Amino acid sequence: MGLLDNKFENGGIIIAKADDLLNWARLSSLWPMGFGIACCAIEMMSTYASGYDLDRFGVFPRPSPRQSDVMIIAGTVTFKMADRIKRLYEQMPDPKYVISMGSCSNCGGPYWQHGYHVVKGVDRIIPVDVYVPGCPPRPEALIGGFLKLQEKIRNESLAAPKAIEKFMNQNQPVQ
Amino acid sequence: MMSLNDIKNLLAEKFGGEVVVKEIADGLQPQLVIKTELIANVCRELLENPATYFDFLSCVTGIDNGPQAGTMQVAYNLYSIPYNQHLTLKVEFARNKEDEALPVVPSVTTVWKTANWHERETYDFFGIVFEGHPDLRRILLPGDWQGYPLRKDYQQQDYYHGIKVEY
Amino acid sequence: MPTKEIQYKYHKDNLSLSEPTLIKESELKSGEMLINLGPQHPSMHGVLRLEVVTDGELVKTVIPHLGYLHRCFEKHAEHLPYNQIIPFVDRLDYVAAMNCEHCYVMGVEKMLGIENTIPARIEYIRVLVAELNRISSHFIGVGAYGIDMGAFSPFLWLMRDREHINRLLEWVSGARMLYNYIWIGGLYYDLPVGFEERCIEFIRYLKPKLVELQKIIIENKIFIERTANVGILPLDLAINYGVSGPMLRGSGLRYDLRRVDNYSVYPELDFDIPIGTGEMGTTGDCWDRTNVRVQECRESVKIIEQCLHRLTTDLKRTRDFDPQAIVPKKIRPKAMEFYARGESAKGELGFFFRTTGNTDVPFRCKSRSPCFSNLSVLPAISKGVLIADLIAIVGSIDFVMGEVDR
Repeated sequence: MGLLDNKFENGGIIIAKADDLLNWARLSSLWPMGFGIACCAIEMMSTYASGYDLDRFGVFPRPSPRQSDVMIIAGTVTFKMADRIKRLYEQMPDPKYVISMGSCSNCGGPYWQHGYHVVKGVDRIIPVDVYVPGCPPRPEALIGGFLKLQEKIRNESLAAPKAIEKFMNQNQPVQ
Repeated sequence: MMSLNDIKNLLAEKFGGEVVVKEIADGLQPQLVIKTELIANVCRELLENPATYFDFLSCVTGIDNGPQAGTMQVAYNLYSIPYNQHLTLKVEFARNKEDEALPVVPSVTTVWKTANWHERETYDFFGIVFEGHPDLRRILLPGDWQGYPLRKDYQQQDYYHGIKVEY
Repeated sequence: MPTKEIQYKYHKDNLSLSEPTLIKESELKSGEMLINLGPQHPSMHGVLRLEVVTDGELVKTVIPHLGYLHRCFEKHAEHLPYNQIIPFVDRLDYVAAMNCEHCYVMGVEKMLGIENTIPARIEYIRVLVAELNRISSHFIGVGAYGIDMGAFSPFLWLMRDREHINRLLEWVSGARMLYNYIWIGGLYYDLPVGFEERCIEFIRYLKPKLVELQKIIIENKIFIERTANVGILPLDLAINYGVSGPMLRGSGLRYDLRRVDNYSVYPELDFDIPIGTGEMGTTGDCWDRTNVRVQECRESVKIIEQCLHRLTTDLKRTRDFDPQAIVPKKIRPKAMEFYARGESAKGELGFFFRTTGNTDVPFRCKSRSPCFSNLSVLPAISKGVLIADLIAIVGSIDFVMGEVDR
């Protein structure tokens, strides 16, 4: 899209699809509720800091779920924490997205075999949009995760919001 | 600096001959197995006696020997900062069977305050009840978790709040 | 096979059953408030839940609730061979992973009886990476404390410096944070060629940054006013609560396991042990503890310089040096019970082993974590403080929940 100022010549009127405009607005300022639980939280902090700045993507951490768009589950999800994660997810206003960072929240991670208190993947509790693998994922990987989420948002459409789309896809007859 | 024998004699004078059930002196670290009911008194004596002064409780460990052996142990690692001396005390008691009450050990919370959380953790993992503990409840696992996970015959529960526990 | 459907079943009592509050709302007197500083909060320390009963703005009781990151380390340790437990030991104190590995590996080597056969070069490399990690851990501790107090810039500056350490350690071991580098009987890899020179350059870069850190946090008037005379921990209470590490040294006792136990090559190195003296307030307040951490960074820099000097002169790399030369193929210690301890960045990290002598797997391996005991002192030192002071006290304890919950 380039710098907006160059695009305006006379009058400053842009014509775009409402979908594109809203999607662009949403993906350019994803504000995560950084839910740093364990080791991945330190890498998430490194990504926010000046070395691998996430602020240039419009990403700025918000402490409260009520003010955030995306929730980054960074770290091992345990059964004690599971209720709280569900509650925090429900406190986020729509449209909301979830990035599962690290292998512990993807699938239980290194604790899959004998971890009695570890939830084997946060997708057993809340729906996840992007999985970022790694233990812990490099900051570049987390930035890649955000870019993938941005691609996913770019393809969304107001005319068929996510839930209805999923429902329609479920009922498609087998060809 | 007191040797293991000196400490044993000190305890025998104070509490009688059978307070030290067994002595393991040939490993890398000397150990004394103490009679279970007297452990709190022994610890208070070791803390307050100016010749031993074990003021730092490093670690309280619960050990489950398994349903075959039928016993459980609790190991206390003591350290004396002024004398630079280590000592390990152990108590051994019978494991409880399926429907019996949980085993009981006197608590040393009155001697070292750090034992408060360490004993709660041992209760959480093994189901050993510490008598005299001011606040014995689960510390690391949820309040409605079933079972004591570090026992050798622990079976994972299948579901917790609807979520599958197994992979 | 893992399923992708949401399995959580909602019930209205889920939250109160899984972690009930100790104080019921109905038991509070009028004028008292029950505040829940829940497991999700903007501080960087991790998932700790504090149940605070306040009388207006003054705190009456604080009850910490733990266990939100309990990852069953001890269960894993009962099913895996000794060398395969090392990645799990890393994840205990994930900001200072090399220190955790060092303590664990020392314990197993003592049990095997091979601790005197480790070549000096390997010991010096272990101390080098452990001290680099200690600096890294203190940077996170002080940086996160700064954010809690409202100072955002020191955090960004310290993270920038920590990135350099991460890159150095990534060059050595392959990973930025959880290394799996210190193995039983040696190391995974030798130091890469050119590492010593880069490390010397880094130390030269870091020294003025430590001076900067001193000026921006330690001698900052606002920081002093917020932390001096707050959260005073008397020495006898500290020892009784099993506190160790910079918290104990902040209360005035010059007790450092590197000097007391004389393990590894620390007897040959020359460094001081900073303690809290009550310069800005009382001995044992939050300022003292933070000051001890910053001065310890200086001492670690001294140790690193000495290690690098030895590693470039008489312990230079040779072509036939194999860091895995003494790594035993079968790690099977005799039957014994053994408690090994070392000075990690947070305090006395100990491992209690019980071995049976006929398997590769420990019968019981308990980790005694320093942050667990350090955190237990919180209810005792925060009676009658303001809520903002409570945040200052929690930050000065510098705990990492991965270690508290294991």
